[in-house]
Amino acid sequence: MAFEIPKVTYTGKIREVTLGKGPKAVTVGGETSYPFHLFEGAMPHPPRIAMEVYDTPPEEWPEAALEPFKDVAKDPVAWAKKCVQSYGAELIALQLVSTDPNGLNRSSDEAAQTAKKVASAVDVPVIVWGSGNADKDADVLRKVAETCDGMNLVIGPVVEGNYKQVGAGAIAYKHTAIASTPIDINLAKQLNILLGNLGVPDGQIIVDPTTGGLGYGIEYTYSVMERDRMAALTQQDERLQFPILCNMAKEIWKTKEAKTKTEDAPTLGDAKKRGILLEAVTAVVLLLAGADVLVMRHPEAIKLVREMIADFTAK
Amino acid sequence: MGMTGIQIFKLLPKTNCKECGVPTCLAFAMNLAAGKAELASCPYVSEEAKAMLSEAAAPPIRPLAIGAGENVVKVGGETVLFRHEKTFVNKPGIAILISDTMPEAEVTARLKRFKELKYERVGLTLRPELIAVKNESGDPGKFEALIKKVKGETDAALILMSAKVDALTAGVKACADRVPLIYAATDGNSDALANLAKENKCPLAVKADNLDALLALSDKLTAAGLKDLVLDSGSRTLRKAFEDQIYIRRAALIQKSRSLGFPTITFPCEMTKDPMKEALIAATFVSKYAGIIVLSDFQGESVFPLLVERLNIYTDPQRPMMMQQGIYPIGTPTDASPVLITTNFSLTYFIVSGEVESSRVPSWLLVMDTEGLSVLTAWAAGKFVGDAIGAFIKKSGITEKVKHRRVVIPGAVAAVSGDLEEELGKDWEVKIGPREAAHIPAFLKMG
Repeated sequence: MAFEIPKVTYTGKIREVTLGKGPKAVTVGGETSYPFHLFEGAMPHPPRIAMEVYDTPPEEWPEAALEPFKDVAKDPVAWAKKCVQSYGAELIALQLVSTDPNGLNRSSDEAAQTAKKVASAVDVPVIVWGSGNADKDADVLRKVAETCDGMNLVIGPVVEGNYKQVGAGAIAYKHTAIASTPIDINLAKQLNILLGNLGVPDGQIIVDPTTGGLGYGIEYTYSVMERDRMAALTQQDERLQFPILCNMAKEIWKTKEAKTKTEDAPTLGDAKKRGILLEAVTAVVLLLAGADVLVMRHPEAIKLVREMIADFTAK
Repeated sequence: MGMTGIQIFKLLPKTNCKECGVPTCLAFAMNLAAGKAELASCPYVSEEAKAMLSEAAAPPIRPLAIGAGENVVKVGGETVLFRHEKTFVNKPGIAILISDTMPEAEVTARLKRFKELKYERVGLTLRPELIAVKNESGDPGKFEALIKKVKGETDAALILMSAKVDALTAGVKACADRVPLIYAATDGNSDALANLAKENKCPLAVKADNLDALLALSDKLTAAGLKDLVLDSGSRTLRKAFEDQIYIRRAALIQKSRSLGFPTITFPCEMTKDPMKEALIAATFVSKYAGIIVLSDFQGESVFPLLVERLNIYTDPQRPMMMQQGIYPIGTPTDASPVLITTNFSLTYFIVSGEVESSRVPSWLLVMDTEGLSVLTAWAAGKFVGDAIGAFIKKSGITEKVKHRRVVIPGAVAAVSGDLEEELGKDWEVKIGPREAAHIPAFLKMG
């Protein structure tokens, strides 16, 4: 008896969303099958990796993560340029941590200026991520949207508590909104509906399912993403047919296991390689669940994951 | 395969004796069909019906065991494609490769790593379980000597790899009581290896260059009476090997293929020369369906992330992971160190303990059993409230560890502080900690 490939019939398709503008704009989504299931569907745009840039020098990063960016840590513009020029970043993800009201609490205007400077300095698409404080982000991201009018940024996290303000900014100034919900497929769908009702065009929505790090809840993210793709592709759930973005690096590098020095835990091996592999393994797990954009940190982890994407999609 | 309740009912005694625990044979049949009952619960079922039913009830992917004693590695037995449908059952076994052409010092170093790289997490021990012993010398004597050494020095479940039947025969003889996996039956040697596996009651790996050939060889071995097979589709590029894992799992579950209804073995060790990349290929197979993953080598930095990934992917998606209730010292706390309390949802524990650790303020962390619920959920469920927390603190034994009587509660449950003070009595001071774990270091540093 000859082997017959057991194929799944898909009825849906992930929407294509274009991030940024100009020759370096990046289109993601468009899948007609589960991730890398190229024997039964298409993945017209391979997943992309955005490189992180911080708006204030990182304080708690382990040596391995900081080392490649030591010379640019104080200057987000130089940092972003280095990512593009030295590491071939296809997207930049600017993390506006300094706006956190429980931290440095920098003003929305200052953040908007930083975003504008970074986005003007590079020709690749720029993701701008707020502090995660819904109230503050409502103001910060609205200002960012306005100040960067027409620059086609990707802004978020847009949550239930601030979607009207940030969503309005995305509509008025033509940015893509990152619809962010806490690891729950129904909430994800609900927020996508709300953004649609508000008038955000479908081509300007990308979904953040909330990412847990390896050993810190990644299995919840993994299963929510798999369910999301199942609903989108096999149950024609239109309000889930959006590309997925995972802001993952910060979840990895803040963990105890990524921070522990080589000499303090001999069984955990070399600290630098361990950090890189914790990040890269997390990336692979998320790619297999359906990630379209990964926000990553370490250049070597990024290089490894790019090779994996190339191997998964090799002819 | 997949009989309905009615079909099963026809094979039962239909006496409604109730001895199986349900009122009627029909109800019992329905439970059997739904996988909620065991046929063994019926004392009166005929041998003939038993044979028919166990054939029908056999899991779509054959479960089997490699190894003996404490470290038996169970593989196969999976019933779903996605972990949210039902928990994945048997974690893929992780193997390190040791060859009989390696220098003595290298063998010793690998055995040492195999023994030492173990990690405690959520009350479980994470470890690699298997050693793949490879006969590259072509010499059965060398192979046998290495197997004896590996067997003598470790509790590893063994995979014996050789292209030569005489070497495998010598190898199996040296460790048959350890129930090794024999690798691998191919077109050329399948009769001889089938006999070897049968005589020694060992599982046998089957290797072919493509799925058509694999299916044919698997059928041939099954016809020869072998039951415990492990499949190697031969693919050694990422895309092809990944696709094969999906084909085989789907063939077993969707097409109900008996020929491919076996666990798989994968070889990241033969797919790249870069150990970092190899770890990522292995990570792919942890998520997507390998029964066994053979690594060329591992170090702490590569095996730890894989073991954690495996733990995460194979966690029951319905049930939160829990920590043991108790007192967890962080750093080297003294009788004056702060006391903090949280719930026993493992993620809560990891995040809180990680932040306490990064504060570098030695502390005592009290972890209370809230049935694995996080702080707010446990509070909402009435399990993490003043009187319950107070009762736990009093019997926890923390008063023998510290002289002071101050406890820090999570800011998210600030509302319980009044009840808690009442329950603990006036000796105690209840301090309200931050709402977010990320702010614990700043809180502790303030003193």
